[in-house]
Amino acid sequence: MPLVKQGSITTDLFVHVADGTELPGDGAILVTSERFLADPEALLRRAGKTGVIWPNNRDLDDLVPYLDRLATVALVFPTFRDGRAYSQARLLRERHGYDGELRATGQVLRDQFVFMTRAGFDAFEVKKEADAAAFAETMKRYSVFYQPTGDGRLTALNRRMQQRHSESAGQ
Amino acid sequence: MYAYDELDRTLINERVSEFRDQVKRRLSGELTEDEFKLLRLQNGVYLQLHAYMFRVAIPYGTLSSKQLRRLAHVARRYDRGYGHFTTRQNIQFNWIKLAELPDALADLAEVGIHAMQTSGNNMRNVTSDQWAGVAPGEIEDPRIWSELIRQHTTLHPEFSFLPRKFKIAITASEHDRAAIKIHDIGLRLHRNADGETGFEVLVGGGLGRTPFIAKTIKPFVNGRDVLSYIEAILRVYNQYGRRDNIYKARIKILVHELGIEKFAREVDEEWKQMGDTELRLDRAAIEEVRSRFSYPLYEKLPHMPDELKQAAHDPLFERWRRNSVAPHKVQGYSIVTLSLKPVGGPPGDATAEQMDAVADLADKYSFGEIRVGHEQNLALPHVAKRDLPALFKALDRLGLATPNVNLVTDIIACPGLDYCSLANARSIPIAQELTRRFANHDTAGLIGRLHINISGCINACGHHHVGHIGILGVEKNGEEFYQITIGGRADENAQMGTLIGPAVPYAEVADVVEDIVEAYLALRDRPEELFVDTVKRLGVEPFKERVYATR
Repeated sequence: MPLVKQGSITTDLFVHVADGTELPGDGAILVTSERFLADPEALLRRAGKTGVIWPNNRDLDDLVPYLDRLATVALVFPTFRDGRAYSQARLLRERHGYDGELRATGQVLRDQFVFMTRAGFDAFEVKKEADAAAFAETMKRYSVFYQPTGDGRLTALNRRMQQRHSESAGQ
Repeated sequence: MYAYDELDRTLINERVSEFRDQVKRRLSGELTEDEFKLLRLQNGVYLQLHAYMFRVAIPYGTLSSKQLRRLAHVARRYDRGYGHFTTRQNIQFNWIKLAELPDALADLAEVGIHAMQTSGNNMRNVTSDQWAGVAPGEIEDPRIWSELIRQHTTLHPEFSFLPRKFKIAITASEHDRAAIKIHDIGLRLHRNADGETGFEVLVGGGLGRTPFIAKTIKPFVNGRDVLSYIEAILRVYNQYGRRDNIYKARIKILVHELGIEKFAREVDEEWKQMGDTELRLDRAAIEEVRSRFSYPLYEKLPHMPDELKQAAHDPLFERWRRNSVAPHKVQGYSIVTLSLKPVGGPPGDATAEQMDAVADLADKYSFGEIRVGHEQNLALPHVAKRDLPALFKALDRLGLATPNVNLVTDIIACPGLDYCSLANARSIPIAQELTRRFANHDTAGLIGRLHINISGCINACGHHHVGHIGILGVEKNGEEFYQITIGGRADENAQMGTLIGPAVPYAEVADVVEDIVEAYLALRDRPEELFVDTVKRLGVEPFKERVYATR
């Protein structure tokens, strides 16, 4: 499954480690929330980066204390109809100030890229090769946004107010 | 009218391009039908019994004549020459071809019309009072707020994949014409003791197989905070709404399972956590949207012009005027409802020719503006009283002056088994038969206000629960049967109707309705006592006896 970061397909440095299997001595790992919470300190002490796969029905409160020591948080879209992780993403970014990698996993298709990016995701495990290849193109689909989110894009309202301001300043 | 600016136009054009790409990928096989299904539903495209059905949004029920002409063009060019106005201020085209859809959307986008979120599990078209901005006694024009919410909910990055669909309706009048109590969120604009404008927020209303009347979650939310409060409700719902069972996924079930107090606490907690957000609307932001609504330059006109006095001698005109013409906030003007319920016709349908003609009449008599109401009728919102006689003649020629607004033949009906793949039974032929039974408009006038609502299945698109008489099609051993309820209503006193007894077969529905109406005429206290009030006073028993005594 191709990983898209900073707009293009890239090598995934993280190894998905299944529950019950042995951890590699070093290198970046992605573990489940159960495994992580069983002994977070031990995992975070390891040489190598740690990431957690956080399910979309689990409260973020359990994760928040560790955010500044995690290299990635992977949120899950079991199907693309299930939009719970969009709320989790915004909360991690906008409320809890998480600024590490935020990865979308599961059924990730081209048609969610804009929504996901706006919600705060910056890494995407894309289901189809063709969708991954079309990432940069797809992100150009929209230039107007109505809602303020933490992604810093100006909203339509911001732009209208700026325009009014410059018009009245020019008078 | 709200005038789109460059940003609004750009956004809907970008949406058209995106959808064009999605259709292309489907036609090339790059997208599976299952993947495409959700994408097409985000843009109003259903697969029905015979063809794709295309639902177009008419936000808060306001159309310009130019927009209506474009809808007529779509009906003619891409469909079979007609469209169907729905109970949520949308119009549906029933025979559209998938490959032509992007072009139809592009044609609509040129006049600022879109189909975004008219289906799918997202925030649907925001609806409002079809008399917004012209009804006497209104707090203020609710379309300002409707438009703010329309923008906020359009392509929302967090709430486009909700557990289930989500509908918001707004009213600013004491008499609720927007049916806010049967919406996921209902907003009632009012002023608090300090004179500030804000909303009573209701939540968890809805029909379908588990109907609920919405409950008040907050008696007053200041207008400037309405977006953040809605966002708090949506965030709680997105995370905790059920996704395991489609029939339990609406917010009404979450509110019911948690109880309104606990649900309200969850929302308040979330709202508090959101703190001071960019969603707060300062005065300038509200004014920005308000400034893009244009209002007619009304003339100073007499309350009772000569034209009206003369026409009063024409009994047909008078009957129509008393039925279809309502007071306007400006002296000398009226609001005129155009009945889309002709005797023998399918409720809510309009031909391309009718749409074009109404657009012309709007230009001539209503400052180019048309409204669409949830009762599936149209309205011309600013007609000078002196023009009423001429307008009546023109509407009569078009078959749009049936004097049955709010009467027994002003029936709300879903498309039913004639079109819909979900239906168990036909709706339209039942409605047509009823309009023939009560074809005498004078008799209908004597009966008075009586809303009949028909749904062809439990999903309740015809709002049968809240009809004064509700008719629900069910299937029994391969045959169409109909359950009859009475006493429902969708206004500020909204409540569900009560079942009067066992379902009756297709052929008997009209007889049963006639029996109920006859029972009412015999039972009512005085001619002014409305059907719903008689049912409220006496309960369903006397009606039940009348209907089932001989069956």
